[in-house]
Amino acid sequence: MIEQRVARTAGEVLEPARRERRFMTGSEAVKEAILRSNITMAIAYPITPQSESMHLVGDLYAEGYIPDYFRGESEFAVMSQVAGAAMGGVRVFTATGGPGTLRAFEMFPCWAGMRLPIVCCFFTRGVNSPLSIQPDTIEMAFLLDTGMIMLHAEGAQDLYDFTLRAFAIAEQTDVHIPVGVFADGFFVTHTREMVAVGPPDLKLPPYDPHRSPVPAMDMEGVPVRHMRDPFVMKSNFISYAAHASWQQEVMAAAERSRKYVHQYLGGLLETEDEDADILIMAAGTAVSQSREAIQLARAQGIDVGLVKFKCLRPFPTEEVQHLARRARAIVVPEFNRVGWLAREIKAVVDDNSRVVGAPRVFGGMTMPSEMILAQLKACVPATR
Amino acid sequence: MTKQMFRIAPGFEEIMPQEYRDLVTHGPYDRNVGVADLGTFKELLEEHPLCAGCGLALSLRLFLASLPAPADTVVVGSTGCSAIAFPQVGLHNIHGLFGNQNAIASGLKRALKLRFPDQPKDVVVVAGDGATADIGLEMVMHSWFRGENIATVMLDNEAYANTGGQESGMSPRGTVLNMAPTGKKFEKVAMPEIAREAGCAYVATTSPLHARRFEKAIRRAILVARDVGSTYVQVFCPCPTNYKFRPDETLSVIRKREKEGVFQYREYITPQAQEYLAAVEGEKQ
Repeated sequence: MIEQRVARTAGEVLEPARRERRFMTGSEAVKEAILRSNITMAIAYPITPQSESMHLVGDLYAEGYIPDYFRGESEFAVMSQVAGAAMGGVRVFTATGGPGTLRAFEMFPCWAGMRLPIVCCFFTRGVNSPLSIQPDTIEMAFLLDTGMIMLHAEGAQDLYDFTLRAFAIAEQTDVHIPVGVFADGFFVTHTREMVAVGPPDLKLPPYDPHRSPVPAMDMEGVPVRHMRDPFVMKSNFISYAAHASWQQEVMAAAERSRKYVHQYLGGLLETEDEDADILIMAAGTAVSQSREAIQLARAQGIDVGLVKFKCLRPFPTEEVQHLARRARAIVVPEFNRVGWLAREIKAVVDDNSRVVGAPRVFGGMTMPSEMILAQLKACVPATR
Repeated sequence: MTKQMFRIAPGFEEIMPQEYRDLVTHGPYDRNVGVADLGTFKELLEEHPLCAGCGLALSLRLFLASLPAPADTVVVGSTGCSAIAFPQVGLHNIHGLFGNQNAIASGLKRALKLRFPDQPKDVVVVAGDGATADIGLEMVMHSWFRGENIATVMLDNEAYANTGGQESGMSPRGTVLNMAPTGKKFEKVAMPEIAREAGCAYVATTSPLHARRFEKAIRRAILVARDVGSTYVQVFCPCPTNYKFRPDETLSVIRKREKEGVFQYREYITPQAQEYLAAVEGEKQ
């Protein structure tokens, strides 16, 4: 075990003066992020393609970096256990994916409603039936309205950076809601790339439960009765108003996170040649495939730019509207059947007939860059 | 928690609600009070909305008066009748979801142990029979398998009462309830036996009919959970609304079941817990 020093500021860990480049898988990048995150607890449950990341986090526990770690009995139990720990006032981490996400689903809106700054990695995969363990981002469609902040990593470097930065964003007093860090299963978790990591002997400052907008459940605060008249299951104006205003506050907390996403991630989007004729808008590994397709398209004289989504909740509405204003066509390649990203974009841009919700692959199918190129080519005659 | 935490700042006494002032001046937080002292201190449960004659309401009052350390007790509840009373309890209490109470309590207890290594924080699960024996059984049992330092109290009113009186796993065989229109087809789930086999260090069945016995079971369960392992107390607290008896008959219904031998007071203590209790109970005397 390396003797670790607690950083004076989060910035020291998130933007280290020196980084070391190492060849690693996405799962290993998660381990590297958690090593530097100063968490108190991690709780695990196996599911492919997530399992390896939580094995590695378990190794950190065995080596003495994490005070508590165990395997829960299901994803629903684990998401409840991390909620209990977060309500107890500690920093926690877990990860899941695909069917595990769906098994745990009831807890996600609760996390947001309870104002818990839990960081959870989601390694996306197909959901049954028929049985599939292959890459597919359909679970993200279901999670869009759970109240959590959603970051989507393109590769292992993003996964390392986003996971670590997620704690900094989630724990702000005026945010204090969960952050889901998403990465495409297998494509990111099980492949290697060069990842630049900070020094291993430096970790984030600890979580301070006294900065939470809601008190920790530790009987160290005033034990006032929570409500004079419990509003659950009551049919009156006060109960409706209390619930409605609370939901609005959770939404407002996500809105307030925008400035921290800018601070820690450099914005909700990244762009290349944003004034091009045709824009590809994508998230996750669809971005990597698009980069290849753009090379092929440029060789054929097609003017195409790239918009990479890093943050999907809150949604970069104004940014997308601004970028879309001059584009003749917007191509949205996705690794899922429903095309949730195309749907999101169509909902905010003017003249959304310009949005091409293709190509779409799912169930584990790969997305050759030629498929994206074909869509780009199809846009050209229509725009000339 | 020290009482300093919720003391009223001078000059603000008059604008605080009477019940808050009562909690500050006459609350049970740092006093050694029990059920025998009921009526001499401000109770933690205020103006609960439960039905007249509710066996669960009476049990909750006794439960709150039985806590060995109310100033450092956090209660985790679940969906059901008790959930609509808990917002009016003067303790930190959590309503998670239906059935995940022991999972939330596991995470909470571990976090509090790490944050307060020198100050025991009692985490007590209080949930109904549906939450404990049906929808949450997996998470209840796994918290026991893991030996989590939490006490689990089941308020057994033998039905899903809050949703309108449906059959639960704890309803007696043959009982006609909603969703059991021709009567329940199987026996009450053997929760005390399950608890014992799942590794609980202390298991008891009790009822609000005998307040002192009730108090002893709760105190023992919480103390053993603090230092030895998981514990379970099953409280028989019948429901006049759904079992269609008069509100003033709640205790006589318990007495009748007791006389018939259908309901029995039982206590199971592991040798390790016995040794521990002998030490702490001896210390007190």
